[in-house]
Amino acid sequence: MKVELSQVSRWYGNVVAVNDVTMTIGPGVTGLLGPNGAGKSTLLHMMAGFLAPSSGTVALDGAPVWKNHRIYRNIGLVPEKEGVYGFLTGWQFVLSAARLHGLGNPEEAARKALATVEMEEPKDRRVETYSKGMRQRVKVAAALVHDPAVLLLDEPFNGMDPRQRLHLMDLIRAMGTAGKTILFSSHILEEVERVAQHIEVLVAGRHAASGNFREIRRLMTDRPHLFMIRSSDDRRLAAALVRDPSTGGITLRPDGLEVQATEFRRFAKLLPQVARDEGVRLHQVSPADEDLESVFSYLINRSGS
Amino acid sequence: MNTVVAGITYRALLGRRRIILLLLLPLGLIALAVLLRFFGGNDQPTAVGLMQSFAIGTMLPLLGLIAGTGVIAPEIDDGTIIHLMSKPISRPVIALTKFVVAVTLLAVFAALPTYVAAWLLVGNEDRIAAGFAAGSLAAGIAYAAVFLLLGVVTRHAVTIGIIYALVWESLVGNLLAGARTYSIQRWGQSIADQISTSAFFEADVSLSFAVPALLIVTVAAVLWAGHRLRAFSLTGDE
Repeated sequence: MKVELSQVSRWYGNVVAVNDVTMTIGPGVTGLLGPNGAGKSTLLHMMAGFLAPSSGTVALDGAPVWKNHRIYRNIGLVPEKEGVYGFLTGWQFVLSAARLHGLGNPEEAARKALATVEMEEPKDRRVETYSKGMRQRVKVAAALVHDPAVLLLDEPFNGMDPRQRLHLMDLIRAMGTAGKTILFSSHILEEVERVAQHIEVLVAGRHAASGNFREIRRLMTDRPHLFMIRSSDDRRLAAALVRDPSTGGITLRPDGLEVQATEFRRFAKLLPQVARDEGVRLHQVSPADEDLESVFSYLINRSGS
Repeated sequence: MNTVVAGITYRALLGRRRIILLLLLPLGLIALAVLLRFFGGNDQPTAVGLMQSFAIGTMLPLLGLIAGTGVIAPEIDDGTIIHLMSKPISRPVIALTKFVVAVTLLAVFAALPTYVAAWLLVGNEDRIAAGFAAGSLAAGIAYAAVFLLLGVVTRHAVTIGIIYALVWESLVGNLLAGARTYSIQRWGQSIADQISTSAFFEADVSLSFAVPALLIVTVAAVLWAGHRLRAFSLTGDE
């Protein structure tokens, strides 16, 4: 099944949360990547029928999603907010989902779903006694209980320990291979890379890039980088670096050099060479703008121009 | 009606400490009735006074508020309602189920104790007990619907509900006769008056106004709550 967004915008008063997004989410695993506040949740809520687009349409295989409870036969939703009744046991929670779906054999479906997320052992404890990762897995089990064709997960790896994270990643990959349409949001590139075959990048509410992880990775590395460098002789190093075209600019600061590298790969080779030739010891080389926001702001400027 | 939705709602409201909130007022009412009887207040004016000022005048609106908003507002606040709403069940059915749960709670925790308290004082004399129990149930149904709607449309349902019940119905209603016409508890009293033959009790609002008013308010509030749930939006996370 396909989730189709066509020129979807959503605004709150004067604030635009999602700006003219058109995309189609098909079978396989799609990662919705973007920094916090990019509008990922807003977009996901619109796909899940929990928010009306201010303009544009969201459809599931042609059927409108908004105000249409029938779509939930085919959609499983894992919201980011807790959203689990603490007073129910894990078993009761997943079983209630199976019953709400009106499944023929709710006990069997609930058992299967809990086994899928490896939550059989603690299933008779109340949800309020669970760790965040366990709650997350119970939510996934409840979303899977009716074997939906489409699964939407909002920041599913948040709060999970590394082992649980790997397990959920395996699970998502397997379901994607089985032909389900899976979309999950994340602000961590590595997470998305490891799971998603396809990546949609959202920055400041705009659809900034789209492609497989190699394409996205290249877009993100082939951009100007900013480095902070401390060495035994900053001035000498600066003079030597500035001769090479891969250096876009250098600022001398009391605590070191701020170097703008226009070509990442070339600069990465250049720096150690120059330091050796000049006899300068490098104390520290650190990227000054590796945070996602600056990576993304580069992408959005590129797509805008 | 959806039994799974009802089951979860009952557990949320009756589980653990919540039930104390629902038990406190009816136990207080029955304790008052026992005290009054002990001190020789087992006459009709005392019984009618207790029913009017406490059973229907104070306890019912407060319990209506606890039950009516309690069946849905906490779930909307903490996001658990998504578990129910991301299922192929129509939202008006969810609203109707929550309403029915609230009504049954009011029947058990308001109407029944009202009957018991009146019966303790005057037995079945002039059908005072039956009248007020029926009036309490009728008004309870309308309260459940109105407060359910409040719980759906606003996060300040409890505050607004208390202002309505205590300021409009009690304070303004006691001062201005006109306000009494638009008061759910007065409509309930009209029903009570219709059933009871006591000479010490006369309702302010005519039955021909109270019955249609109760019906219209109840049906409109439940329908509107269902309508609003259909357009339920998740916002504000980003």
